[in-house]
Order: sequence, then structure tokens, then C-alpha cells
Amino acid sequence: MTTDLVIGAVEAIAMILLGLSLCVLVLWFDRKGSALIQDRVGANRASITGIGARLGLPNFGLINTLIADPLKLFTKEDFVPDGADKFLHTLAPFLALFPVMITFVVIPFGDTMTIGGHTFQLQAANLNVGVLYVLATIGIGVYGIALAGWASNNRWSLLGAIRASAQMISYEIAMGLAIIAVVIAYGTLDLQEICRAQGGVWFGWLPRWGIFVQPVGFLLLLTAGLAESKRVPFDLPETESELIQGYFTEYSGGKQAVFMLTDLAEHTMIVMLLVTFFFGGWQVPWLYRDGLHLPGAHAIALNHLVVSVVGILAFLVKVVLLSLFLGTLRWTLPRFRYDQLMRLGWKGLVPLGLANVLATAFVVVVSGGAQ
Amino acid sequence: MVPLTYMMSLSSAIFAIGVAGMLLRRNILIMFMSIELMLNAVNLAFIALGTELGSMDGQAIVFFAMTVAAAEAAVGLAIIIASFRNRETVHADDLTMLKW
Amino acid sequence: MQLALFWFLAALAILSALGVIAQRNPIHCLLSLVVTLLTIGVLFIVEGAVVVGFLQIIVYAGAIMVLFLFVIWLLNLPVEIGPTGHLALKFFGSVGAAALAAEILVFVLPPHLQVRLSAPPPGYGSIDSLAQKLFSEYLVAFEVTSVLLLAAVVGAVALARRMPGSGAEVRAAGAQAAPGADQV
Repeated sequence: MTTDLVIGAVEAIAMILLGLSLCVLVLWFDRKGSALIQDRVGANRASITGIGARLGLPNFGLINTLIADPLKLFTKEDFVPDGADKFLHTLAPFLALFPVMITFVVIPFGDTMTIGGHTFQLQAANLNVGVLYVLATIGIGVYGIALAGWASNNRWSLLGAIRASAQMISYEIAMGLAIIAVVIAYGTLDLQEICRAQGGVWFGWLPRWGIFVQPVGFLLLLTAGLAESKRVPFDLPETESELIQGYFTEYSGGKQAVFMLTDLAEHTMIVMLLVTFFFGGWQVPWLYRDGLHLPGAHAIALNHLVVSVVGILAFLVKVVLLSLFLGTLRWTLPRFRYDQLMRLGWKGLVPLGLANVLATAFVVVVSGGAQ
Repeated sequence: MVPLTYMMSLSSAIFAIGVAGMLLRRNILIMFMSIELMLNAVNLAFIALGTELGSMDGQAIVFFAMTVAAAEAAVGLAIIIASFRNRETVHADDLTMLKW
Repeated sequence: MQLALFWFLAALAILSALGVIAQRNPIHCLLSLVVTLLTIGVLFIVEGAVVVGFLQIIVYAGAIMVLFLFVIWLLNLPVEIGPTGHLALKFFGSVGAAALAAEILVFVLPPHLQVRLSAPPPGYGSIDSLAQKLFSEYLVAFEVTSVLLLAAVVGAVALARRMPGSGAEVRAAGAQAAPGADQV
């Protein structure tokens, strides 16, 4: 019992750190990747002792992203605006970041691992209602945004906060409907079971990933997830070209860094959910617990530990690729106007989600039970 | 295993706090929040008794109570907004138009 | 272990419930209520009602309280200053609430209730058993609840709508301009 607790705690910390590291990756892609897409150079000035330039390497902006910017943000003056609610102003960034970070602990990043005769799940919290937990934490995430805008004593921040929270609660419904369709298709609320059910192949070559079972659900969750995490093309609450920074205008220094981290962490959370529900999580095609079963060839037996590690690596690769894809979306699509955004959420995604749920339920009942 | 007494005492304490809030505060929204406190205290009692008896009835009742509370919150807040538009106050002592 | 968790959660619930009724800023009261609801949700999970506990967090703390928050914003409620209500009401109100609590405690404190009778059956609190109950025994209540929600949505929209042509629009614009001016 205590060993399980310790393993769970270690896995939870590892997952949260992994999530934060992926945030840094997204941030770096926002700098250099966007520069690549927009045909410019991007950040290329910061370096430590000029070692890269001496070796003739181009500057990849890593020092800029990893060291210079965080250092600048955390050493800036931290103020509370005049007449603002001091307690709420300080509480809001952490209230925004906390729910996103605790969502990472239910994402399965591997199957099982056996070390020293002790088998443990590669998922920090083996909840059998993992999907409900995810929906709950996404619901709590509204408060940080709302209080940030309110506590700033600035009517423009309040306007940004109202828009942001209305957007978030509208797209929570679309997200919930997309996730419900996946749950109906797989018959379980446990995220690890959903990943396990996506193993195997059809016709010998097509992996049984969720995206082939629920294509509409994938598009729904992608759109709703982007809107929920307020990334472009749905970033009107914090448009950097219109509302300065919307609901966190009056924040500077460390608290602003926390808000930006929240933005990136939500992006990473949505990517991890998409990978878990629609891309098989840690599943690799043709890789089963005892080894590779390639079509037409005999099975290659592999050590169980190797299989687990390959699963973890597959999860990381999928998350990174999907993260970069969503990051590319940011620099490709123009943003939605607010009424277009709300219309899309309520009149477009919610009916589509309901139709998807009905169709999925119909197919599941007709084919006699969940897959 | 938490003994039933503890849960029921907690539930009654929160209920009493809700009643106190209802009587002491005159701001309509705070009174509404006290009603929500009372509803939640009763939900807690239902769940505790359901677990005590091993029956899922308690949870089903709480499910319905939650849904009804959501509906009631929506309509109640709409009423408060409509009355605020006409009276410009949320102080319950100022809403005396029906007094004779 | 579970008992220690219960004591912590109970203390948190009572403190935040007192915070709801005692604080002067409506937003602080709302946040205290959110903490209370989250704590009660976790208590549901401790009692074994896992699905209902998460539903409490999703529905109550995640949706209904956001609704409250929006209303407090739209009404732009000020922080209350000075005493509110009559002193006699406060005195008798507190006494009455304490008497109510004592009366209920008389029912729950007898020693034969101080132990757990038996462990709940397996599968208790899972979504399977909840769905079994809802769709067999309580099916009519379930369907009626969905109609109730529809009625609530229609009613809320109809009540909070601004009637075109009445003076409410001008007064609402005036009300929004005045608080906005003293906010900055």
C-alpha cells in the first residue's frame, strides 16, 4: 500500500514535470517555429559566452526561451494595481494553473512496468472514472481566468475575463459531448482502459486508433479543446494585437509567467487528451506485451521492460508531433470574432456533438456492445 | 471508514450555518448562497446514509437533487437580475413593495 | 488515515461555510462557497460515491458557481459596509440556528450510530450501479428532470431578457455607465 502511494507520487511528479517541459517545447516552437512559418529569423541573440557562434552553429533560440525569458519575467517588479483586490489578484494565477497541472496525473503514459518483480501501472492515478476527473478539472479552470479579470480593477480586463469565461464554459459542453462519444464507443471511463482498447490492427495494417473509430469526435475535441485553452484561432480573450493581454493585462513579472504557463499547459493537456483518446496513447502498431507481431513475419519476442519503454517513447513522440501541429495551426489560421466564436460553439459544435453521440450510441447498440 | 455520526454531525453543522446565513444576511445573493449550503448539507446526509445502508438510492436522490438545484439556481438568479433591473437594490429589506 | 482525511475536510468545510455567511465582499463569499462545494464533493468520494462526487464538482462547483459569479459581475455588487439588518434578528437568528443544530445532533449522536454497520457492496458508487438505478427504478424522475431543465432554461432566458421598448434599456445603460465610472 505504501509502495503504491510512493510510486503514484513519483509518477505524478514526473507527469507534471513532463507536462511543464512540453510547455517549454511549445513555447520554443512559438518562437522559432513561427519564425520559420513566417519566413523570418526569430529569436537568435541570447547565448552563453557565444559558444554557438564560435562553433559556426546558427542560434536556435534555446537560451532565449529557456533562460533569458524566464529570468526576465521572474525578476520583474510584481505589483498589484491601485484599488484592486490584493488577495484575489495574487490568488488568480495559481488558481488558473493548478487545475491544468493536476489533469496531467490521470494521463496514461505507458502500459505496465515490472521492475524487481513489482508491477505498477504507468499512470499516476488509476482512477476508474478518469474521464470525469478530466471534465471536473477543466470546469474548475474557469475561476482563475474570471478572478484575474475581476481583481484587476480595470474594465478592459473585466471585459476580457467575461469573454474568456463565457467562451470556456460554452466549449466545455462541446468537449464533454466529444468525450462522451468516445466513452460510449469504448464502454469505459478509465483512461488506461481506453488506451488498451486501442491496441491491435485491422486488416493487418490499420491501427485500431480512436481517430478511425470516432473521426467526428476527433475534430470536435480538437476544435473545442483549442477554444477551451484559448489558443488561436480562438484567442480573442487575450489577443495580443487587440486587447493588449485581455484578462491578465494588469499582471507583470512572475504572475504573468504563471498565466502564460497556464496557456501552454492547457495546450499540452488538450494534446495529451487527444493522444489518449484518438491516437492510441502509448500504443505502437504491431507491438504487444510480449513483442512485435509484424504481419507476414514471425513474432519477435521482446523483454517486457523494453516494450514498456517503447510505449513511453511512442507516447512522447505522439504528444510532441501533435503539439507542433497545433502550434502550426496558431500561425496559419486567422482568429475568430467573438460572435462567430460563440455561434460556432453553440450552433455548430453542440448539435454536431449531439448527433455524434446519437450515431455512436446507435452503432454500438446495433453491433451488440462496446468494442 | 468514517462513522455515520461524524458525517451527520458535519451535515447538520453546515445546514445550521446555512440557516444562520439565511437569517443574518440581508443581501439576496448571499441568502441564495446559504440556500445552496443547505442543499449541499442535505446531499451529504443522503450520501452518508446511503453508504451506511449500502443502497444506491441515496446517490440517485442526490443526483436528482443536484439537477433540481441547478435549475433552481438558474431561475432564481434570473429573478434576481429582473428584480434588480427595476429596484436597483439587492438588499432584501428594501424590497417592500408588497408590504401593506 | 481516512479518519484524518475526514477531520481535515470537515474543518475546511465548516470554516469555508462560515466564510460564506460572514464575509462582506460577495466575491469572497462566492469563493468560500466554491471551497465548501469542492470539500463536500471530496467527502462524497471518501464515502464511496465516486461518480456523484465528481458530478458535484463538475456541476455545482464548476457550472452553478460560475453562474453566480456572472450574476455578481453583472449586478456589480459593492462590498457591504456597515451593519446589515436588525440586531434582534441577528441575535435570534444565531440562537435559532444553534438550536436547530443541537436538535439535529440529538438524533445523530446516540452511540449505536457511532460505528459503521457494514461495508458497502462491491460496485457501490460506480457508474454502472448508478445507471442501473437511474434507468430502471427512477426512469420517470429522470425524464421529468430533463423536462424540468428545459423549463428552467426557457424560464431563465425569458426572465432575464430585456424587453424592447421598455425603459429598462435606458436604465440598464445608465446603471452600467455609473458603476463603470467609479471602477477605474
